[in-house]
Amino acid sequence: MNHLLEIFDLKVTFGGLDALSGLNFYVDEGEIVSVIGPNGAGKTTFFNTISGLIQPVEGDIHFEQESIIGLDPHQVTNLGIARTFQNVRLFPNMTILENVMVSQHCRTRQLIFGALFQTPAFKQEERDIRERALETLSFFGSRLIGYRLEQPAFVLSYANRRRLEIARAMATQPRLLLLDEPVAGMNPRETAELTGLISRLRSEWGFTIVMIEHDMRVVRDVSDRVVVLDHGIPIAQGTYDEVSSNADVIEAYLGRPVETQT
Amino acid sequence: MNTSTSLLKPIQTVGLEWRRVGKWGSLCGLAMVLTSLIGMPVGLDGRILIEGRLSLGYLSLIWLPLVFGYVVPKRIELEGVESTTYGLQDLLAGLCTGLVAALGPIVLIFGINNFNLRKPLINWSPKLFDLLTHGRGIGTGVIGWLVVCGLLGFAGGAIHLISGRMRRIFISVIFGLLFISILESAITDLSEGFGLESLTDRLYAKRGGLTGGSSLVLAAILGSLSFLLKGRVKRVTSRYKDMDGVQRQSVSLALIAVIVALSIVLPIFLGTIMNELLANVGLFLLLALGLNIVVGLAGILDLGYVAFFAVGGYTTAVLTSPESPWFAPELHFGIVLIIVVVIAGMTGLVIGAPVIRMRGDYLAIVTLGFGEIIRLLFLSDWLKPYFGGAQGITNVPPVNLGLAVVKGTDPRSVFYLVLVFCLLAIYVSWRLQGSRLGRAWMAIREDEQVAEAMGINTVNTKLMAFVVGAVLASFSGAILAAKVGSVFPNSFMILVSIIILVVVIVGGMGNIAGVLVGSFVLIGILGGPRQPGLLQEFQSFKLLIYGALLVFMMLKRPEGLVPSARRSQELHQEEFLQDAWLGDEEENEESPSAQGLLAANVVEDEEDNSL
Repeated sequence: MNHLLEIFDLKVTFGGLDALSGLNFYVDEGEIVSVIGPNGAGKTTFFNTISGLIQPVEGDIHFEQESIIGLDPHQVTNLGIARTFQNVRLFPNMTILENVMVSQHCRTRQLIFGALFQTPAFKQEERDIRERALETLSFFGSRLIGYRLEQPAFVLSYANRRRLEIARAMATQPRLLLLDEPVAGMNPRETAELTGLISRLRSEWGFTIVMIEHDMRVVRDVSDRVVVLDHGIPIAQGTYDEVSSNADVIEAYLGRPVETQT
Repeated sequence: MNTSTSLLKPIQTVGLEWRRVGKWGSLCGLAMVLTSLIGMPVGLDGRILIEGRLSLGYLSLIWLPLVFGYVVPKRIELEGVESTTYGLQDLLAGLCTGLVAALGPIVLIFGINNFNLRKPLINWSPKLFDLLTHGRGIGTGVIGWLVVCGLLGFAGGAIHLISGRMRRIFISVIFGLLFISILESAITDLSEGFGLESLTDRLYAKRGGLTGGSSLVLAAILGSLSFLLKGRVKRVTSRYKDMDGVQRQSVSLALIAVIVALSIVLPIFLGTIMNELLANVGLFLLLALGLNIVVGLAGILDLGYVAFFAVGGYTTAVLTSPESPWFAPELHFGIVLIIVVVIAGMTGLVIGAPVIRMRGDYLAIVTLGFGEIIRLLFLSDWLKPYFGGAQGITNVPPVNLGLAVVKGTDPRSVFYLVLVFCLLAIYVSWRLQGSRLGRAWMAIREDEQVAEAMGINTVNTKLMAFVVGAVLASFSGAILAAKVGSVFPNSFMILVSIIILVVVIVGGMGNIAGVLVGSFVLIGILGGPRQPGLLQEFQSFKLLIYGALLVFMMLKRPEGLVPSARRSQELHQEEFLQDAWLGDEEENEESPSAQGLLAANVVEDEEDNSL
């Protein structure tokens, strides 16, 4: 079977430090895969490399059997990989609606001419963009719509910013969604709700999801497969139960028992 | 004692703050000395505002003690803390500030009398001495300054004491009089157009300035007007803000129609000088609108914008002038415009392609360099056979539109031509703002990396902003060439770029109305880099005032004179956030089971986070 995303021997270095080395990874269509690991394990670097913000030194990344190494981030997004950021990065002074409208840029075509002469094609496209934005936003219930639409994004609460960031990524109409710590900073109730939404992202919207997450309950509840990174190397892979009982993983998180160290 | 009530008690000020008075008073005196020494009072003394009473030269000095007298007793108002009421000690503070400030001109009077520092300080002259002493000797001068500064400082302090309504009347009288006397030439010109010379003859004295009587009458009129209009203006604007989208749009459209109609009709009644001025404002407005797309929308700080202005001018000159040294097809202006668009667009691409990959400061510096390179190329001996070097290209023919001829000697026609292009530029900015491209520009301005990650080709999108801006600037250049009848490299100094940028910033970045107001206020009143404004006397101090104005605006109103809603939100985020959250509380309907769910999750949490 062909994998949706396949990564071979990926190596990324910063100066002399190997942020990622010898990383092999794959995701199948319709999977939800979690990437976990202690701080500094290279999880976000891994996402940045897939989305084209960082170029690897070695290795190859295939998306739908095509190499995406060397493509600009916008080309990667255009192929169907969208992402969110760990430290929420919205367009704070654009309205909530605009945030979601602008991320449909790569799916739309109208340029200066259409805007100046208000061609029927331009108007139709604007309507479509708006409709799709509203549809995406209403996935999160009433939180991001209604009077919120015209408010700048910076007024949103932290949890709503995370939601809007996911909405913005969804609006690029991806096949693969990379979520970087989607529930970080949320309270338990919001976390529980978002966990449900992540499952629905697959069942209703058909996205394949790769997610970095520290909240183990979320990881357990949504993921089909868990990959553990430590020092840029995958140390374990499998279902949540397999991984959580793996000795290497426990060691990576908690350190070695004192006796063996001495 | 209950501590919570004692917190709300007014903070007691301990009498007069002498240190504050001393510091601000001497600063004020220093400012007066500096203003004198750069030659403002002497240079502007010829411009009389109120006959026999006040000239612009004196005004440049005496506004200082008034403002400082107001500032010194001013207290910072803290929310939740009741500030003390203003009282006698504030009048005293104002008075003392004024008296301390008077030391500035007094020291200067004695200095000029006893030492000769003409060599290093050009304005250290008997003329200044005469002006400072009012031509009546040292004694009168010293006493005069003490009295005037003291009174003005006192008046400044008194502003705090009078009621808000009185203050409003007072301010509108002062500024109204100032406005009417400063705009004397414009008003006389306009009234001549309408055949109302008799009115202005009565209003203004022979040698310029309002007559004493007319200024009293005007003050009374302005005062009662402000009394009658109290709160009305605010009510109208707030009603406009409360309107829903459709209604608001129709009102805006009506407003725009009125402005357009006015700008078509008004020039008919204006004389040559005023029309010349309007034409200059229009040329710079066109440039500013273009730069507004580049800087205000896409956030590309382009300091070499004048390059495209130059390209437009030179392209027109080469293609229309019979004197073009190398290639003189003498084409018609209409055809030339199309070629100008193509060439400006190409220049935009050529300059933009390498520059656009940089960010922030680097980009600004590189564009600054490119702006100078273009000018130096036109100036160089190497390209002299093509563009005439320092002599430029002369004899650019007027524009023949069939029905009318647009030429520099008839500024009214130039204004109409410029108006057409400005309307075009406004339309382009307005339409692009609300389109897919405009949103992409905004996203790039906000966070370029994220915009790229959200699928926007940032290089192409930024290039497009650059090219649109370049084309608008080149139109302005083309009209300038036809208006002046010649182009020289020195018309395209780096200063032009800076001044356009100041117009955009002071007017209100990212807002079309702001740019409009900015170019009228700055170019119209102060004047462009070479073009005189209404205040022709200010010609030699223009850059100083530009600088001072820019600093003042950045400190007090960074969003510009007419801010775009977005920018003022951005710069006053905290206030806006408060409002938004207050609104939220009223509308928020959280699920009632929230508490229960929360409790359940906490228990679950403890079990699961064992890894």
